[in-house]
Amino acid sequence: MVPHEKGERVPLTISGYDAKKGTVSFAFHEVGKTTKELGCYSEGQEILNVTGPLGNPSEIKKFGKVLCIGGSIMIAPLLLQVKAMKAAGNQVTTVLGARTKEAMIMEKEAKTLSDKVYVATDDGSYGNKGLDFLNDLLKKEKFDRCVVMGPVVMMRDVSAITKPFGIPTVVTLTPIMIDGMGMCGVCRVTVGGKMMFGCVDGPEFDGHQTNFEELILRQRTMLPEERLGSLLWETSGGCKCGGNKA
Amino acid sequence: MAETKPKPKLNKKAVEMAKQEPKVRAKNFKEVALGYTEAEAQEEASRCLTCPKPQCMTACPVEVPIPTFIKCIKEKKYAEGIAAIKTKNALPAVCGRVCPQEVQCQSKCVIGKMGDPISIGRLERFLADWERENGSQLPPKPTPTGKKVAVIGAGPAGLTVAADLIKQGHEVTEFEALHVGGGVLSYGIPEFRLPKAIVQNEVNYVQKLGVDLRLGNLIGRTHTIPELMKEGGYDAVFIGSGAGLPQFTGCPGENLGGIYSANEFLIRVNLMKGYLFPEYDTPIRIGKHVVVIGGGNVAMDCARCSMRLGSDVCLVYRRSRDELPARHEEIENAEEEGLVCKFLAAPVEFYGDERGWVKSMKAVCMELTEPDAKGRRGVKVIPDSEFTMEVDTVIIAIGQTPNPIIQRTTEGLQSDPRHGTITVNEVGKTSLDGVYAGGDVATGAATVISAMGAGKRAAKAMHEYLTNKK
Repeated sequence: MVPHEKGERVPLTISGYDAKKGTVSFAFHEVGKTTKELGCYSEGQEILNVTGPLGNPSEIKKFGKVLCIGGSIMIAPLLLQVKAMKAAGNQVTTVLGARTKEAMIMEKEAKTLSDKVYVATDDGSYGNKGLDFLNDLLKKEKFDRCVVMGPVVMMRDVSAITKPFGIPTVVTLTPIMIDGMGMCGVCRVTVGGKMMFGCVDGPEFDGHQTNFEELILRQRTMLPEERLGSLLWETSGGCKCGGNKA
Repeated sequence: MAETKPKPKLNKKAVEMAKQEPKVRAKNFKEVALGYTEAEAQEEASRCLTCPKPQCMTACPVEVPIPTFIKCIKEKKYAEGIAAIKTKNALPAVCGRVCPQEVQCQSKCVIGKMGDPISIGRLERFLADWERENGSQLPPKPTPTGKKVAVIGAGPAGLTVAADLIKQGHEVTEFEALHVGGGVLSYGIPEFRLPKAIVQNEVNYVQKLGVDLRLGNLIGRTHTIPELMKEGGYDAVFIGSGAGLPQFTGCPGENLGGIYSANEFLIRVNLMKGYLFPEYDTPIRIGKHVVVIGGGNVAMDCARCSMRLGSDVCLVYRRSRDELPARHEEIENAEEEGLVCKFLAAPVEFYGDERGWVKSMKAVCMELTEPDAKGRRGVKVIPDSEFTMEVDTVIIAIGQTPNPIIQRTTEGLQSDPRHGTITVNEVGKTSLDGVYAGGDVATGAATVISAMGAGKRAAKAMHEYLTNKK
């Protein structure tokens, strides 16, 4: 998505669609300049360009018992998968993770869509504290597949937990991307010792084969510039809702 | 010198084109070559002998009527001159700037045997620039044929096919994956060699001819080719999706921060205007000591952009100066601007600091081997020749291969398993009926004009196909 003439290309995960209305929806955190700016777009305001959907479709079929784990804002797109997995005849257990109780989203929707829902927060202010409880869950119950969407650190930790249990674990990687269609190579990740492109080969990869430490470092490469862009935007007035952003 | 009369005696020296001074231009992104003035164009055109059997035309991949347009310049009939070029070439402002004329049209110029050949490229550019300043004329609208064509990619090949087919009355929709048209002309070739306003102007011209340009459409994902032909009602498809997938060296440490593919670097700098960050939102982080790996035009573009961003640049190329695939003029320009070259060397490993940013590169020295059957010299590593360079940015410019998305999503479309190129015959026909391809996606990375030539041939074949189809 490119918000305007001078904007950057940002990759966003589709979190909903309505074929009848012809709409798609995205959920995102306002963390950098572009997302902050997009956050103050008003209804009816034009976005310069939206290209997609890009990347490979998720593998949806009957696996049996599926464990879907979503963290933070990625809970929104995860629920699309929960819905599809359920429709494909799977028994779905959903785990929702957030920093705090206040940051927890879409719990009600998750409960409607899944057979069972667990919640967890980093600070323990709601539900389980952290994801360690998964170890106990996996000891008690057998799952045929695990789908994780969330912050990289969380996907890394979940993959480490599921590995000894031998549960195939699919992670949705979110490396830095520019074009999102195989041109720039900035989204390269190492999976199973091989160089893969997040956009063309992904975004879903085997969590047990992914080099998360490298990905974490690569995600931080433009951090000073991202902070500068965001800061400059805010000091120059920031959100001017309804105004002309270009 | 407004009125320079044609000289009776042959003038062996070409009229020089003014350029920005190396020291000045190495610090800005403005166009390096400034173009001929009217008087200079007149003087240069007057050197042309208007040969009855022009050899220059035979060496032009798109058969531009060169002597005709040069004659028009002599007679100051500029509108006629540009119209003559545009019968064959929809992108003259681009070709006049980036074509390797020295190995094409100009290499066959008879005057070249006695002195400098006619500066055909500069004259073409003069006319194209004249038109941009004086307003362009559109050719008369053709009778619609009722046939629909989908062109994939709005780069040099796709724009050529689109322009040629719409002029013959077919309805043309052009699907471009990026958010701007132009393909490599927009994302690859830098502003100082080919200003983006000029590319946009050429793209606009093709749109004015009636081509429906749809941006942000990645064929293979948003629609597939079978969908276009079955549900979209397109009678024929041209694939001109280019060679967009960057190649890497495979050396350990290549995923460290500060190591860019040439594509990433150029997309950030050119397409997203990273050199104007933070006015534009896409950043580019570049260090003081930049190493560019490779020796083609793309490597030169990366090196020259880096110098403009304030870095010291060293080009590391595994063969010697004589084998550099870049245009001679580009190498000369780059060296004038301060490029240092390290020939016969190749990287073996990259090392990073604690934040995962590249800090040094280990390389080895190479030597040339005897030429192979094709005359290309190979290289081999000189034992115990390792050395280390302090670097904080590395740009890998060792080539691109075709993007695999279309090949993966089009059943029955034959491609070369090793190079990823789509298999075509001499006129660009693929293994599927009604589907044609040309440019880098069929040949592997090559030049703008060769892609346009392929587009030209494919458009001709597609027109025949469409005309004969029920």
